[in-house]
Amino acid sequence: MKYSIFSLARAAFSGHKNWQRTWRDASPKSHYDVVIIGGGGHGLATAWFLASEYGIRNVAVLEKGWIGSGNAGRNTTIIRSNYGLPGNTGFYELSMKLWERMEQDLNYNTMVSQRGVINLYHSDAQRDAYARRGNTMRINGIDAELLDLAAVRKMMPFLNFDNARFPVQGGLLQRRGGTARHDAVVWGYAHAASALGVDIIQNCEVTGFVRDGNGKVTGVETSRGRIGAAKVGMAVAGSSSRVAAMASMRLPIESHVLQAFVSEAIKPLIPNVMTFGAGHFYVSQSDKGGLVFGGDIDGYNSYAQRGNLPVMEDVCEGGMALMPMIGRIRLLRQWGGIMDMSMDGSPIIDKTPVDGLYLNAGWCYGGFKATPGSGLVFAHLLARDEPHKEAARFRLDRFRLGALIDEKGQGAQPNLH
Amino acid sequence: MRIVCPFCGERELGEFTYLGDAKPARPAAGATENEVFDYVYLRDNVAGPMSEFWYHGGGCRAWLKIARNTLTHEISSVEPAAGVGARQVGA
Repeated sequence: MKYSIFSLARAAFSGHKNWQRTWRDASPKSHYDVVIIGGGGHGLATAWFLASEYGIRNVAVLEKGWIGSGNAGRNTTIIRSNYGLPGNTGFYELSMKLWERMEQDLNYNTMVSQRGVINLYHSDAQRDAYARRGNTMRINGIDAELLDLAAVRKMMPFLNFDNARFPVQGGLLQRRGGTARHDAVVWGYAHAASALGVDIIQNCEVTGFVRDGNGKVTGVETSRGRIGAAKVGMAVAGSSSRVAAMASMRLPIESHVLQAFVSEAIKPLIPNVMTFGAGHFYVSQSDKGGLVFGGDIDGYNSYAQRGNLPVMEDVCEGGMALMPMIGRIRLLRQWGGIMDMSMDGSPIIDKTPVDGLYLNAGWCYGGFKATPGSGLVFAHLLARDEPHKEAARFRLDRFRLGALIDEKGQGAQPNLH
Repeated sequence: MRIVCPFCGERELGEFTYLGDAKPARPAAGATENEVFDYVYLRDNVAGPMSEFWYHGGGCRAWLKIARNTLTHEISSVEPAAGVGARQVGA
């Protein structure tokens, strides 16, 4: 199925009754060249890049529920590449560039909207830190602009600029950042990967690894039977430790719950993605009009996919500090997702000590924006057995080597990243 | 989640701060690099009942050892962790 203005017109004239399924719901074969565990954005993107960039089409994506039912469907849909440390800057910009061509690559409307991401600053010290980060971005060929108070006032006149404790002084703006439609990203990758022959297998939970005499992984045991594989890739952020435990591995990861929130729909208010610099609060407005926002993780280990009230209160206080007028908007929905919180706040994309098993994990709460980049570099690793140059620092052994990528400088305390 | 502090009674979650898994023990001074690496960076990341340290900063300021299920948030026991929690943070 190829989507175009003509396919839309044809479907419209037949009352939208003849749309075909956009991807094939496959049953497992006995053997694949590559099996990806996890049918979220990262797993499906990996499968698509394997098929389209690296010519490996005998690929299966195994999903224990339905595709996009984990964190791919639970995020706040923000895309950006405003990172400051070597390793992160290049990787997230690679991902940003892939967002910019995703809809053409996949022939699917993923509603990529480059409405800009602005991080507000509230003190001289924070301005200096943002200037430094902006300069780092620009040196690396990434767009960044430091806005003063007048420019922010013009862009967002509705903010509470004169907050006694945290007055808004300006912001660091990345105009190419923005949002994308998270479910459409999942469906788009499924659509394009399926068309190239990738088997997407739902309701197929991996229950163990098949190992040969040398310990090499040669397949997986699943709720739908044994599936052989020359290589197995894990893209199960949130549950990485549980899956790795099936191969007797312990990871530098804790699972934590992160909540997100949507308000009732209001008229267009917020023109971009905006973050509060004096607390943890980020917000954008969906096309339907709801404010989509979030903040910190709850801070305790959890696999429960639901959080608690103290963080909800903290997040809403951040919103109120910036925009007191949203205090009377009602919250429509709230949910939680399980984050792989790594020990330095950065991801892990690497081979594992187990031959034949590859790891894509530790996305903390920044996995969505990385979706296309993660897919490309993980596919590269699976196909070539060596890291992509933009992901070479996301090593599993960096903790042992002391080569941490700690944007926040918090150390090995995952609930603080 | 509400936690029944053995000193203060039932209190809301916002009064407490989380440290994490109570199982890892700080290696002795002469420990190998592997043991230190394991202690600092690797986690069991338990899915199910887990014993953990919490600090009641908004109340009695005592360290507590709490058994909690990470799949359901259900708390099965809360007991004082006198000395143990303080040692965890090197105090």
